[in-house]
Amino acid sequence: MTKKIGDQAGKMFEYFGSFLRKGIFSVLSVGPVPDHIAFIMDGNRRYAKKRNLLDGAGHRCGYLALMNMLKYCYELGVKYVTIYAFSIDNFRRRPEEVQSTMQLILEKIEDLIKEESMVNQYGVRIYFLGSLKLLSKPVRLAAERAMVATSGNSKSVLSICLAYTSSDEILHAVQECCEEKWDEGSALESKGAGNGLVFLKGNKNGKTKPSIVVKDLEKHMYAAVTPDPDIIIRTSGETRLSNFLLWQSANCLLYAPAILWPEIGLWHLVWAVLDFQRNFSYLKEKTKLS
Amino acid sequence: MLTMVSVRNFLSGSHSKLKFAFSPKILDLDLLNVIMVLHQIQSVILKYGNETQELLKWASRSGNLGLRVLWLILHFAVTICKVRYLAMVIDSEEAQELSKVFELLQWVADIGVKSVCLYDPEGVLKKNKEPITQRFSSANLSEEAAVNGRLVTRRNLTLEFVSFEDGKEAVAKAANYLFVKHYANGTKEKSDFTEPQMAEALGAIGSGGAEPDLLLIYGPTRCHLGFPAWRLRYTEIVHMGPLKSMSYGSLVKAIFKYTMVHQNYVTSSCGTSMMRKIDLTDAASIVCILLRMFFFDCRTKVKRYLLACMSN
Repeated sequence: MTKKIGDQAGKMFEYFGSFLRKGIFSVLSVGPVPDHIAFIMDGNRRYAKKRNLLDGAGHRCGYLALMNMLKYCYELGVKYVTIYAFSIDNFRRRPEEVQSTMQLILEKIEDLIKEESMVNQYGVRIYFLGSLKLLSKPVRLAAERAMVATSGNSKSVLSICLAYTSSDEILHAVQECCEEKWDEGSALESKGAGNGLVFLKGNKNGKTKPSIVVKDLEKHMYAAVTPDPDIIIRTSGETRLSNFLLWQSANCLLYAPAILWPEIGLWHLVWAVLDFQRNFSYLKEKTKLS
Repeated sequence: MLTMVSVRNFLSGSHSKLKFAFSPKILDLDLLNVIMVLHQIQSVILKYGNETQELLKWASRSGNLGLRVLWLILHFAVTICKVRYLAMVIDSEEAQELSKVFELLQWVADIGVKSVCLYDPEGVLKKNKEPITQRFSSANLSEEAAVNGRLVTRRNLTLEFVSFEDGKEAVAKAANYLFVKHYANGTKEKSDFTEPQMAEALGAIGSGGAEPDLLLIYGPTRCHLGFPAWRLRYTEIVHMGPLKSMSYGSLVKAIFKYTMVHQNYVTSSCGTSMMRKIDLTDAASIVCILLRMFFFDCRTKVKRYLLACMSN
């Protein structure tokens, strides 16, 4: 009986919270709403240490905070959300820590593709960005299953950066461009059109102009599935990007609240959006110039 | 002394009057003794007064020297935990106020930073490279500057001028360089490109350069405005506000805060450690020099004072 009353009270509290949130978001929506927000979820281990939790508990609390932030973003009308889940540099941590993080990621990917999950509730399509070949087979297969399972969703997008660094992304894009140009050149040569110089385009003056341009590189970036982020939020007060979306963050607002990731809440998102709205015209102008 | 002589004369002169007024002879002798004692005290004070004044002056100078030592240690602490390479992103409109840029660079040089990378998206600072380098009049163009036109060395401050085209477009040029080197000779090399190869390609096309330790943004928004992505991986980014409201205090604070940040880096694939290390041998040697200066000064003054006392 007590439990029933407790559940009802909880539901009422949730409805009230949801109502209040809708009110706040309606006011925020009067101004420009960011299309794409990226999160660097820093501070899970420090949170666990601060609260004297077991190893790995910090990441579980971080997952709950992530689900809340995704809910708030999609309710606000942010279409694209990108999260920095696991960096290539993180593979150099202690093996048991890497193993437990991978186990948690596998578990949560399985949760996401369940029918009743938030992903299906908000029509979220999931992408995994990064060098997935570096992941263990179970995690890689789970990631591929999640991408296939949510391919029919089109309302929102969640990009999970796994085994990702910007430098690896740029290298990958350069490699892909070179392979593409090689294949084009080989195809031309096999038709007999070339004399070995097909790999470099020539102009009227006889000078060669580069065949790989910025657009080619951007086409092959892992993050080509989403537009450039409008805001990058990194928690725990750290002020560096740690090899995350460096190519895409040229005209992006960087926000670094001092709280740890599991402590992030609605007000931090509201503050970031307000800051974005104040600087919107400046950032839009810079985007046009570039 | 003059006063004491005149008092003595007066008293000895009036001594005869006193003799008639106060008859006992013993009173005459006491007065004379008092005068003699006072005279001796006066001569002692005058004799050692100079040395005492010297001692007080030395104490005052030592106090100033002590304050100076503390000031040097404070500034040294700001410079020692080093920002080896500082980058500054300046909004292109604000960068047109060259006087502000000169002032900022002067502050940076005063703090002791050796290398500075100046970035603005539209290349305003690059176009004004000449006036900026002339302002720091002891500039010497290095060989590299002759090749890529970006690097200028001034005595203790190396300036690098970077713009938006040194970012994404440079990576595209580097991709073409790698393509020509590894693919266009007719054979396809099977191995994937590595970070050192990319860094070498960027250097070959003239857009190489070290990764800054700290990047300061002078503009209305906390946004790096397209600073070359390859050089921003682990750089601390601090927003300083608009250039027109820059202050020396906030610059020192940003650099000091950087030195307090513990960076939990892992070794990169290039094999270069990203841990920032304090050069303790340099720190220890300079502190020793300062302490030696202080104590040598103390010893000399004390010795002189003791000699003066003994000779008297």
